[in-house]
Amino acid sequence: MHIYGVQYFQNIEPPATSVGLTEMTSNTEKNNLGKKNKLPISKQSNKALLEYLKTMLTIRRFEEKAGQLYGMGIIGGFCHLYIGQEAVVTGIQAALKPGDTVITGYRCHGHMLAAGSPPKNVMAELTGKIDGVSSGKGGSMHMFIKGKFYGGHGIVGAQVPLGTGLAFANKYKKSNNVSITYFGDGAANQGQVFESFNMAALWKLPIVYVIENNQYAMGTSISRSTAIEELYSRGAAFGIPGKQVDGMDVIEVYKAAKKAVQNCRLGKGPILLELMTYRFRGHSMSDPAKYRTKEEVSKMRHERDPIEHIKTIILKNKILSEDKFKQLDKETREIISDAADFAQSSSEPLLSTLTSDVIID
Amino acid sequence: MPELTVREALRDAMAEEMRLDQDVCLIGEEVAEYQGAYKVSQGLLEEFGELRVVDTPITEAGFTGLGVGAAMGGLKPIVEFMTFNFAMQSIDHIINSAAKTLYMSGGLIPVPIVFRGPNGAASRVGAQHSQCFASWYSHIPGLKVISPWSASDAKGLLKAAIRDPNPVIFLENELLYGESFEVPEGENEIVPIGKGKIVKSGSDVTITAFSIMVGKALDAAEIVSKDGINVEVIDLRSIRPLDIETIISSVKKTNRLISIEEGWPTSGIGAEIAALTIKHAFDYLDAPIERITGLDIPLPYAENLERAALPQVSNITDSIRNICQH
Repeated sequence: MHIYGVQYFQNIEPPATSVGLTEMTSNTEKNNLGKKNKLPISKQSNKALLEYLKTMLTIRRFEEKAGQLYGMGIIGGFCHLYIGQEAVVTGIQAALKPGDTVITGYRCHGHMLAAGSPPKNVMAELTGKIDGVSSGKGGSMHMFIKGKFYGGHGIVGAQVPLGTGLAFANKYKKSNNVSITYFGDGAANQGQVFESFNMAALWKLPIVYVIENNQYAMGTSISRSTAIEELYSRGAAFGIPGKQVDGMDVIEVYKAAKKAVQNCRLGKGPILLELMTYRFRGHSMSDPAKYRTKEEVSKMRHERDPIEHIKTIILKNKILSEDKFKQLDKETREIISDAADFAQSSSEPLLSTLTSDVIID
Repeated sequence: MPELTVREALRDAMAEEMRLDQDVCLIGEEVAEYQGAYKVSQGLLEEFGELRVVDTPITEAGFTGLGVGAAMGGLKPIVEFMTFNFAMQSIDHIINSAAKTLYMSGGLIPVPIVFRGPNGAASRVGAQHSQCFASWYSHIPGLKVISPWSASDAKGLLKAAIRDPNPVIFLENELLYGESFEVPEGENEIVPIGKGKIVKSGSDVTITAFSIMVGKALDAAEIVSKDGINVEVIDLRSIRPLDIETIISSVKKTNRLISIEEGWPTSGIGAEIAALTIKHAFDYLDAPIERITGLDIPLPYAENLERAALPQVSNITDSIRNICQH
C-alpha cells in the first residue's frame, strides 16, 4: 500500500468512539490469511463485522438477481453490476455519520443499498415501476436518497465537481459533514476531476475523493489509458494527500475511510483514497469482456472475493457458525427474492406523471 | 421613480436577496475582489464576506458543477459567467446535472440555481466571444431562460430567478449594463418569470424582441411612426417559458409579426415563435412572418462587417415597411 502525503495520516488519532480500530489490528497470529486477516476481539467490532457481511451479501445477492432479471428482459437499458466491489461502499459507508453526503457515477446500486435504501425500491427502479426510488424516471444510473445520496450520474466524471459542491454546501452551512465522492479509474482522467481537486484544496473543502480502481474503464485497462497508474498520487499537484487501499478488504477500507473522514471533519481539506478493487462481471450486462482473460477473472474471484474474505474472518473468530452463515445468506436471498417479486408486481408509472417533475411550479 | 443602470439593478437584486436568504451565494470568476469583470457585483464582497461571494479559478466546468452540487446540497447559488461564451465549457453541468436531475430523481432532488452573465455580441470581440445562447438553452426542458432589457425587469426578474426553485439561465447584455432606466424601489418588486411585456402599443405590426434588440425595435418603431405605421413592441423578457398568449393576442390585433433576435436564424427563437403563431393565429396573418436575426456566420471583428452581421435599426424599419405592404 502506498501513501502520498503520509504526514496527514500519521497525525490522525483514532477517536475514542470509533468502531474498534485498534482491536482490529491486534491479533493476526492465529490464521493463515496473512496480514489482511485481522481478528476483531471486542463485541462492538463483532457487531460491525456482521453488519459489513450483511451489507455485502445484500449487494451481492441483489446484483446477481438484477443480472438474472436483465437476462430475462425484465430490466432494460444499461445495467452496471457492482459484484466484486462490495467492500468499497460497505467500508466507506460505515465511517459516515448522519448528514454526510455521498455521490457517485452510473454504477450506483450498491451505493444505494449501502446508504440504506430498501432493496425492493431499488429493484423497482430497475424494473421501471412506480415504486422505484426515482418513481421509474431514473433507472439503473439515476437513483437518489434525499439528504444523503445524490446519485447516480451518467456522465463519467461529472459527479466529481457535484460532490465538491456538496462539500462546499457542507462547509458553508458549518455542518461538520463530509462529502464522499466516488469515481472510477476511467473518470480519473476527466479534466473536471482536476478542476475539482484544485478548488477543494484551495478552499479546504471537507471531501473524500474515493477512486474505485477496478482496473478497467469499460474495456480499456488502466495501463492502456493512464500514464501514471498510481492514482492515489493524482492529488499531489494540489497538495491533496492520497492513499492506496485494498478495496477487497472491508476492514482496511473502513479504517482508511475513518481516518480520511476524520481528517476532513478537522477542517484539513480533501483526501484522496484509491481503492484497489475488481469487478467480477462485465462493464455492463451487454459486455462480453474480451479485454481480459477468463483466468484473470477466475483468479480474482477465487483469491480476492471480498465476501469470502470477511466471511473467513467471521467464521474463524466464531462470530457466526457455518450454519448461521448459511442461514444469513438464505435470509438475504429471500429478501432479494421478495424484492424482485415486488419490483415485478409493482405497477408501471402512471402516464399522468410523464410530464411532472420537469419544473417545480 | 429613481433611475438605475442595468448594472446597478442587477447588483441590487443580488444584494437584496442575499440579505433575505442566507443560503444565496455568488460564485464565479472575479466576482469578489475585482467586483465583477463588468462591475456587476460591486460592493457584494464587502457586505457579505468571502464565504458568500466567492472568486473561483478559471475553471468553468468545475465551478459550474460545484455550484450545481451546492444547490443539490441546499444552497441557492448564483453562478456568474464572465460571459456565456465560456459556459460552453460547462454546458454539460447546466443541462445534464442541473436541468435533468429533478426529473431523473422523480422529484426528489431540486436544483435551485441561477446561471447569469452577459450573452451575445458585445463590441468587436470576435466570434468566440459574441454568441447568443438564448436558442440553445430554450431547447432544454427543466430550465427557465430569461433575457431582460430594462433595468427594472433585470432587477425584478433576477430576484424572481433567485427565489425560483428551478435552474434559471439569466442572459444579460454587456452593452446594456451602462444604460439607465426607471426602477421601482422595494425588495418585493418581483417580475414574474414567463410573462412578456408590451413596451409599446400599436395596431399595424407586432414585433417580438428580447434584450438589446428591444431598444432597437423601439427606435425603429419611432422612425416608422412618422410614416404613419403604428408598431406594437413586445419585450419577451422570458424565453422559456415563452409568453405565447401575449404574442398571439397581439398578432390577432395587428395581423403581422416580425421576430427579432441577435442570434443565428436556424432553429432560433424566431423559428419557434413563427411555428407557434402559425398554429394559433394562422387565419389572422395578413403577411408571411418575418425573422430578423444575426447573419448565419461566425461574428467578424472588422467594424463594418460586425455591423452588417447584426440586426440594425435600418434592417428593422425595412422589414416593417415591407411587411406593412401586405
